[in-house]
Amino acid sequence: MSELTLLLIRLAFLAVLWFFVIAAVGVIRTDLFGPRTAPAPTRKPVKQPRAVSKPKKGEPRQLIVTGGPLQGTIINLTETPITIGRANDATLVLSDDYASSRHARLFPQDGQWIVEDLGSTNGTYLERSKVTRPTPVPLGVPIRIGKTVIELRK
Amino acid sequence: MTAKRRGAQLGMLAFAVLIVMGAYASVGLGINGKVPSGMLGYGLGLGGLMLAAYLVLAKWAPWADPLLLPLVTLVNGIGLVMIYRIELAGQAGASATNQLMWTALGVVMFSATLIVLKDHRALQRLTYTAGFVGVVLMAIPALLPGSLSEVQGAKIWIRIGGFSIQPGEFAKLALVVFFAGYLVAKRDVLALAGRRLLFIDLPRARDLGPVLITWGFAIATLVLEKDLGTSLLLFGAFIAMLYIATQRTSWVLIGILLFVGGAFLAGQVFSHVEARFNVWLHAEDPALYDAGGGSYQLMQGMFAMGSGGILGTGLGQGYPKLIPLSFSDFIFSATGEELGLTGLMAILMIYALIVQRGLRTSLAARDPFTKLLAGGLSFILAWQVFIIVGGVTRLIPLTGLVTPFMSAGGSALLANWMLIALLVRMSDAARRPPPQAIQDEGMTQVMQR
Repeated sequence: MSELTLLLIRLAFLAVLWFFVIAAVGVIRTDLFGPRTAPAPTRKPVKQPRAVSKPKKGEPRQLIVTGGPLQGTIINLTETPITIGRANDATLVLSDDYASSRHARLFPQDGQWIVEDLGSTNGTYLERSKVTRPTPVPLGVPIRIGKTVIELRK
Repeated sequence: MTAKRRGAQLGMLAFAVLIVMGAYASVGLGINGKVPSGMLGYGLGLGGLMLAAYLVLAKWAPWADPLLLPLVTLVNGIGLVMIYRIELAGQAGASATNQLMWTALGVVMFSATLIVLKDHRALQRLTYTAGFVGVVLMAIPALLPGSLSEVQGAKIWIRIGGFSIQPGEFAKLALVVFFAGYLVAKRDVLALAGRRLLFIDLPRARDLGPVLITWGFAIATLVLEKDLGTSLLLFGAFIAMLYIATQRTSWVLIGILLFVGGAFLAGQVFSHVEARFNVWLHAEDPALYDAGGGSYQLMQGMFAMGSGGILGTGLGQGYPKLIPLSFSDFIFSATGEELGLTGLMAILMIYALIVQRGLRTSLAARDPFTKLLAGGLSFILAWQVFIIVGGVTRLIPLTGLVTPFMSAGGSALLANWMLIALLVRMSDAARRPPPQAIQDEGMTQVMQR
């Protein structure tokens, strides 16, 4: 086995090793904009229109926890309603003595997200005012539940 | 909405197995100019194992992170190749067949954990049981007579017949489960009560209890089992999880002060700790290099990495036999000689990516216990790599920890595969789309208006 062949094998092996790392980073890249991987951009645009209606401009896409123990958590908004509370089956599970087990719910309606208090003990606050009936939530306005503060973002 | 990304996972897995087979071939070509005859056997063995792991994962954790398994496969495979290579070089104790067998058992443990543990939150109910089990596992070797538990000065084994296990490796998993469960229950008290002094929030004196107990436990491990590595590992994990739970820097500062103080005292009082410090600080001293239990091993490892340079000598063309224990504690140095800085950086990147996937799982998790458990498990993996790599590169004093997935060693391999299974289980839960409501909730809401 000549020196040159061995040198080439050595360099090729290192290159392949790094290519693996880069490929792994490529898989992660799609994950950067939310806790769950977004579907990879398909090369076949034919399939696109059949997907569930994408959020239009100006509509919120993410729910971000801006305060409290779960700070930093991001939930991607879909068509599904979001429940918040201490119950284990809630979308956002709070461990907060001031939150009820089924505290509040967020659901989309006519392109808007509506917050509704589910009869919680300590109430749900949209900015400063207590939510007494289903109320639309504008972008970036804080919703406070116990010690947790959440916001809708684009 | 969420993609399972099975294709990406299978592709990366095949890629990892191919790299490992390439490495086998490269070792053979480097040593005697021939592709080794056992290559197909090893390659198919590893490939078959990982395919089995993949199938279990696809069935029992379909939403799991697509990268964890391929990344771990590659590190494990490179470890196998290095051990095979060191065995060929003729170092006593290195056995690639054994390591492949342990890898197989590791994959069995991985699958069993995934199949048995349908919901990781069940572990939260076992908080104190896990704590008890962890402490007992840690304590067994310390209480056993030296003939049953001592290997090369470290009293961390249980040896029965020809079989030996390191219970501490499993204890660390149990203890992280305990820390997570405990901190979920207690973190409000730890985070909120206390006074503010200068820039940091000081905790109340009575809240220091658990930290002091863990510290005492770590020091006891250090003294009774002469195991600096595990002691550092456990205490670091507890402090990191405390920080994740409370977001208070004061805990980290208190932890660092306690550990540095403890280590300094131990260095003054116990000769084996003092010897470690000496080797670290004066490794280049010729007298220490020649002394028994001196810096010979450490410096041989450094020389090996030095002769590897940027691009390495090439697989099969280094001299791993010159480093004592190059298949276990010093596998990183032996790899550094043959793959060079470029290869080591790639391996460190792979570890970093495994940890990143774990922390990502922690961020995406929807309940505090999962967040803490995923964060803690990722942290101990990262911390372990830091302690051993820092040790062999002389950044910190050398402590005998295994390089996760690479070093020869059955217990560590089994425990680390279980750790990955837990992360996979949690990433499956975190990435699974939320359950759809059975009734159409939109309608009810109109009625209430």
